[in-house]
Amino acid sequence: MAIAAPVASRPRPRRRVSEQSRRSSLVSYFVALVLIGLMLAPVAYIILGGFRSNSEITVDPSGFPQAWAWSNFGDVLASGSFWTQVLNSTVAAVCTTVFVVALGLMAAYGLSRYAFRGRAAVYALFTAGLMFPLTVAITPLYILVRNLGLTNSLAGVVIPQIAFALPLTIIVLVPFLAAIPNELQEAAAIDGLGRLGFFFRMVLRLSLPGVITVGILAFIGSWNAYLLPLFILNGEASYTLPLGTQAFASQYAVDTAKVLAFTSLSMIPALIFFSLFERRIVGGLTGAVKG
Amino acid sequence: MAVLREETHTEHAARGSQSPAGGGAPALPPVGSPPRARSRWPKRAELLLLIGPALVVFVAFVILPVALAAYYGFFSWSGYGAATDFVGLRNYVTILTDPAFLEALSHNAFIVVMSLVLQGPLALGIALLLNRRLRFQSLIRVLIFVPYVISEVVVGLGWSLMLQSNGALNGLLEKVGLGGLATDWLSDPSAAIWTLLVIITWKYVGFAVILFLAGLQGIPDEITEAARIDGASYWQVQRYIVLPLMGPTVRIWAFLSIIGSLQLFDLVWIVWGQYVAGTAGTSTMATYMVANGRNAGSYGYGNAVAVVIFLISLVVALLYQRFILRRDSAVTTTGGAH
Repeated sequence: MAIAAPVASRPRPRRRVSEQSRRSSLVSYFVALVLIGLMLAPVAYIILGGFRSNSEITVDPSGFPQAWAWSNFGDVLASGSFWTQVLNSTVAAVCTTVFVVALGLMAAYGLSRYAFRGRAAVYALFTAGLMFPLTVAITPLYILVRNLGLTNSLAGVVIPQIAFALPLTIIVLVPFLAAIPNELQEAAAIDGLGRLGFFFRMVLRLSLPGVITVGILAFIGSWNAYLLPLFILNGEASYTLPLGTQAFASQYAVDTAKVLAFTSLSMIPALIFFSLFERRIVGGLTGAVKG
Repeated sequence: MAVLREETHTEHAARGSQSPAGGGAPALPPVGSPPRARSRWPKRAELLLLIGPALVVFVAFVILPVALAAYYGFFSWSGYGAATDFVGLRNYVTILTDPAFLEALSHNAFIVVMSLVLQGPLALGIALLLNRRLRFQSLIRVLIFVPYVISEVVVGLGWSLMLQSNGALNGLLEKVGLGGLATDWLSDPSAAIWTLLVIITWKYVGFAVILFLAGLQGIPDEITEAARIDGASYWQVQRYIVLPLMGPTVRIWAFLSIIGSLQLFDLVWIVWGQYVAGTAGTSTMATYMVANGRNAGSYGYGNAVAVVIFLISLVVALLYQRFILRRDSAVTTTGGAH
């Protein structure tokens, strides 16, 4: 406020659309176009490859499809294993997301709005979780899950995923919940809403940007997860898409076109999901990375 | 206003006393006074209900496995039955004298440095570009983030098919008359690690851009506006105002990138696999761990490797915290950066 006031009171110099600024925005578009080209070329290779035949790929590996062959995609979509894997991935991602958001929101609420002894220690424990990446824990985690009898089941993947997503979730959500003014809580209390009532009626709505951010990150993380399913899931029937894609690739190693079709199809859901919420992700992180 | 100012004040105090718990351990904002005096027991029950579930899941599946790794690391153990063959530090001696592990470690170190060098400037440039008002801004962003969003398996399979010796890249080079440049991108030991770096950069630069964009949005428009009015050019504003203010965000990203690089597994495992990674010179500590632990049936040894990776990451994180993050009171964020 203090900074904005004098600036606002000064008459702003009218900005001319000069030749220079037009040129610089042209440069911006050009650079953006080049970047998009570089980022999409490998993806385009995968998708276009799915429309080619194997002989085309062998003769000219970098060419465009001659006759667009939809049959590769058709074959993949007609196979039961693809849909089983889509279902498994969906169940795992949805369960992970729902529980991470629920548990993370509850814990973040307790940590940001209750004064109690050991509060800082509990928070430090969660943040220390960032230092315990899955890679380090995977071997004993596998044994733990095996002892619980959860290998080859999605629960064996979902529960550890929840645990490993909690630190980030809590770190992103705490500032959102802490920023809710006390006056609001007092007003709610006067209207007869207890702290838990306040949580369900108000907090959920007010922290929605943060919730969406962590929810998307958890969903995409689960959808793309490789290491944990690789250890936990051994039977084809319980494979998630990444494992299924890899299994398909080694099983049909000679059928490159079909592998590329399978791969293209497996990346569609995450892409749709991300493009729907891209703006929300950046917005939700702004609170978390400010200096 | 007074309340707000007071809160910032106590926040600074809290930040000052924050112990270096996690890598970029953020400060915990203080709690305002509770709205009503209440008896203690209902409050405790509420707290238990709120924090309990998350704490139990977290401790059981994150902390406990790491503690178990430290325990099993002292045994020679096939993973079945009780671990009884106590071998003391023998696993650790074997790890630290195994040339294959030391080689993997050197690859990790190289990847840590090169990821910072390659991705940092690139991501800053992209973020500055995307932060300008462009038409189709949202579409441009989504398209640039595509590699970050698709899974490592898709990335790995796509790139490995594209880069194999009779793949699309060599075919393309042949077509444009640069056939002499064609090489075996994946298995030639002098090329493979650079191939890996290209794939890593391509895959993870989007994550850095997302963080940087979030950081850029935190810079008030008034500041850059004022500088523009005082006659600073676009580049001067970026160089002398925006970049310094981006310091905390960049340092957090660098931290996450370093940790990610030390833990790198998926891409190497998918593109090169257990055996080729060793001969092509792209093995990492994590691929060494899985190859010599679980896949060799030596769970005790695998756990010991995990402990070594953890300790290396921890030392790096603490040093980073001590010497670089110290200045920032910033809150952190993460998500699979390599």
